[in-house]
Order: sequence, then structure tokens, then C-alpha cells
Amino acid sequence: MLSCHDATRLMSERQERELSGRELVSLRLHVAICTACRRFEKHMGTVRRAAKEYTKRQE
Amino acid sequence: MSISVFEDPKFLDELRGQMLKFATQQMSDVHLAEDAVQEAMIGALKNANSFGGRAALKTWVFAILRNKIADVLREKKRLINASSLLEEGYDDEAFSALFDQRGHWNPDEAPKGWDNPEASFGDAQFWDVFETCLNGLPPQQSRVFMMREFVELETEEICTTVGISVSNLHVLLHRARLRLRDCLEEKWYGGGPP
Repeated sequence: MLSCHDATRLMSERQERELSGRELVSLRLHVAICTACRRFEKHMGTVRRAAKEYTKRQE
Repeated sequence: MSISVFEDPKFLDELRGQMLKFATQQMSDVHLAEDAVQEAMIGALKNANSFGGRAALKTWVFAILRNKIADVLREKKRLINASSLLEEGYDDEAFSALFDQRGHWNPDEAPKGWDNPEASFGDAQFWDVFETCLNGLPPQQSRVFMMREFVELETEEICTTVGISVSNLHVLLHRARLRLRDCLEEKWYGGGPP
């Protein structure tokens, strides 16, 4: 069973590399039962889109 | 827009002045500060076309500068063995507060629900907070985060430029994202359902 720390690490690394099948399965199992990490996953998407938006934004 | 940065000597001149002031404060040495500013500007402006807005470009240039300053201070510290407020000690402390010893979220730190987060993208104050959070990252973390998310460089290129291993990069980006997320929640999105 992954810890939340490991799960957040995989959610971060997924943005740079493809996860192995094993990593993906254990991540899905963890996220299925962990509300906090499910939120973290959504927040990662928001942070990435915010960064993109920020570089384009005209002040 | 991005091209016009080079056609606007006033903007570059002001930026250089702000950088020099900051670097001089941090390093207490005008010559070292001038060198750091020069190097940071050359390094940062190579990627200037990744930036449509000047605020973001400025944040990026300062991230490179902070990193240069940290390198110089680290070198100095090694030479004179003075205690200095560098990122390593800080980082472990802030980082370990998020999780308990078994790697589970500490109750106060577990992510909360963010209500319609992208609606905030239209709010100028949100971007001030975003900038504050970015600038609160340790120098090396903010640099690699911006290389990845602003300039959109791939792993290999970042590792070569910064001189770190792939696993180092993964650790730095993981920490940067944890910290940035935490900061945005604390300063902006907080108040959602627990």
C-alpha cells in the first residue's frame, strides 16, 4: 500500500515521465480510498494550468 | 509582446536596476552582485519568448538570479564555514511538516477541496498570491519548476542545464509542487470543505 507521500510523488513524476503499470495500479488503488490525495491530484492540474496561464498573462 | 522586451531598453534597464539592488542586499558585495545579475540576465533572456507577460518574465529572471546568489553564498559558506540561511535545512523542516512518519498527511496539512479553482484565474489578486508563492520556493526548486512549467523544457534539458540527476529533478519538482499547492491553499483557496 502506498503512503500519501509516495502517491504525491508519483502524481508529480507522472508530469515528467510515464509511470510503470505497477506504479499506475498502486496509485489508482491509493487514490480510490484517499480523499486528500484525490484532491491533490486535481490541484496538480490546477497548478500546471495556472503556471501556463501566468506566463501568458498580460499585466 | 515577447520580442518587444528587447526593444524596450527602459524595461530592461529598470529590471537590471531592481536585480542589482536585490543581489547587492543579499550578497553584500557589489562586484559579485554585478556578475550574478549579468549572468542571470543572459541565462534568463535566452528563454524570453516563452513569456507573453512581463510580470512572469520578471519572476523568471529573478528565479535565475536567486539561484545564482544561492550558488555563490553556498561557495562562500564552504570557504569561510559561516552559518548561513541556505535552503537545505529550511526545506527539510517545511517538508516534513506535511506528512507524518509513516508518510500520511498530517491532519492540518491534508489538501482541502478547492471550489472552482480556475475561476480565480480572472482575478488579479490571485496572480499576486501565485507570484508570492513562487517566490517563496527555495531557489533551486523555483528554478527547475519554472524551467519545467514556464519554459516547458523536458527532463533531459533541465538536468543538463542545472547539472543534476533525473532523480534529483523529480525530488525538486515534487517538493516545489507540494509547497506551491500548500501555499496557494493557505493564502487563497483555504476555507473550502475540510
